[in-house]
Amino acid sequence: MEYILIKVLEAMATFVLAFIVGMTYGGVVRKITGRVHNRLGPPWYQNFIDAFKLFSKTRGIHHGAMHFLGAAFLMVTSVVSLMIIPILAPGGHAWYNSWFTNLNFNGDLIFLIYIMTFGPLGMAMGAGQTGNPNSSIGVTRGLSQMVGFEIPWVMALVALMITYKTTSIVDFMNIQRETGTWLMFANPFAFIAAVLAMLGMFRYSPFDIVGAPTELASGPVSENGGKFLFTMMSSGSVFTFAKLVLYVDLFMGGANNLIMLVVKTFLLYMIPVLYGIVSPRYRTEQAVRWFWGWPTFIGLLAILYAVMF
Amino acid sequence: MYNDKNSKKIVETIQNWARSHSIWVLAYGTGCGAIEISPTMTSRYDAERLGFRGAATPRQADVMLITGYLTVKTVKRVVRVYEQMQSPKYVVGFGSCTINGGMYYDSYNTINLLDRYLPVDVYINGCMPRPEAVLAGLSKLQQIIREGNANGAEKYLENLAWYKENQRKIAPNWIAKAPDLNW
Repeated sequence: MEYILIKVLEAMATFVLAFIVGMTYGGVVRKITGRVHNRLGPPWYQNFIDAFKLFSKTRGIHHGAMHFLGAAFLMVTSVVSLMIIPILAPGGHAWYNSWFTNLNFNGDLIFLIYIMTFGPLGMAMGAGQTGNPNSSIGVTRGLSQMVGFEIPWVMALVALMITYKTTSIVDFMNIQRETGTWLMFANPFAFIAAVLAMLGMFRYSPFDIVGAPTELASGPVSENGGKFLFTMMSSGSVFTFAKLVLYVDLFMGGANNLIMLVVKTFLLYMIPVLYGIVSPRYRTEQAVRWFWGWPTFIGLLAILYAVMF
Repeated sequence: MYNDKNSKKIVETIQNWARSHSIWVLAYGTGCGAIEISPTMTSRYDAERLGFRGAATPRQADVMLITGYLTVKTVKRVVRVYEQMQSPKYVVGFGSCTINGGMYYDSYNTINLLDRYLPVDVYINGCMPRPEAVLAGLSKLQQIIREGNANGAEKYLENLAWYKENQRKIAPNWIAKAPDLNW
């Protein structure tokens, strides 16, 4: 009983950490975007104020039962992937290192590939019920884009699985600690393919075709205000953090303490953000064609490299 | 303990502070005033540093900015958009046209006083108001939100019959068919 209670406490601590870091990253990104536009930009804690305001809206229209599922699926996806991904590398010396391990198991990488597509599918159902044409167009675009970036992403993961004959994220971190080389250097093609897929995964420009602010009026979330939007915003932040931690775990050797974790995830996060600030938006077919071009080719190279060396 | 008057007041104060610092604006660009929104949001005046941000749809918006004259046709759309917004919600009348009709005061198809059709919280005077005036008006809105006096949505619900009657006068066929407050 005590064991389970401690596990629950650990899971809650993980969630709070992910929420705070994810929301802060969102605010910092808005600040950086502002500075690039030669503006002052909002304060870094603006996202927290926005979330609290959305939560304290007094009225929230819903369009039926399925509408709730959109927000619920997103929440489930972000929380489950956060629980599966080990936050810190095993074997560190700090007292909190045994926290944050949560639910990871031997096949977690395969489970993650599945669960990461779960949220957009739930969103598709929820957006369908709202009856807003912008939502339907946004969902169609989102699923097309997912088909695009999933291919180089899965190729990169398969290359790693072939090389090291494991599907456990903890094993990958142990391998990196034992050999002393990060996987981004051990199989650079896999890393490049995964980073190119990441540009689509985080949906900043030029791949912001789902939300498309002035074109689709925020796409799938256009009928969600108040507490719906709060749920989506917070689960989006948590999911962002979870994905970044996954990249750090797989390619950058994991992190031994929280400071290294924040530094590594932040550096990685700047790739899609800075690329996005200076880019215009692709059309859907351009985005899919882009992902099936060089990123897929580099993914193929990664698999060949894994098979031959 | 959780429901007594003082606790509620503390929560309300915090909520109002958050509402005043996170204002998502739905700019209803009906007239020429929309041209003043761009400089207000971009690098010279940068309204985002004060917590203002554009909202994509009425569901997500807190403030509706009526920028300029409203014709009889656009009033229908504005009322529909206003009723789609989730309370607490605010309306800012922008430019002389929303106050007394401005240069269109004797036109056959524009309304003269916006307050007869929607509960306006703050008016920004001028034809056109410069971005400084827009920021001054929006900070006035922040101030009344913080004080808890920006209760336009409640006023609209309390006096719904009066507002609907005024709307029906200018658009007789449309309002009769439209559902009340349930878009």
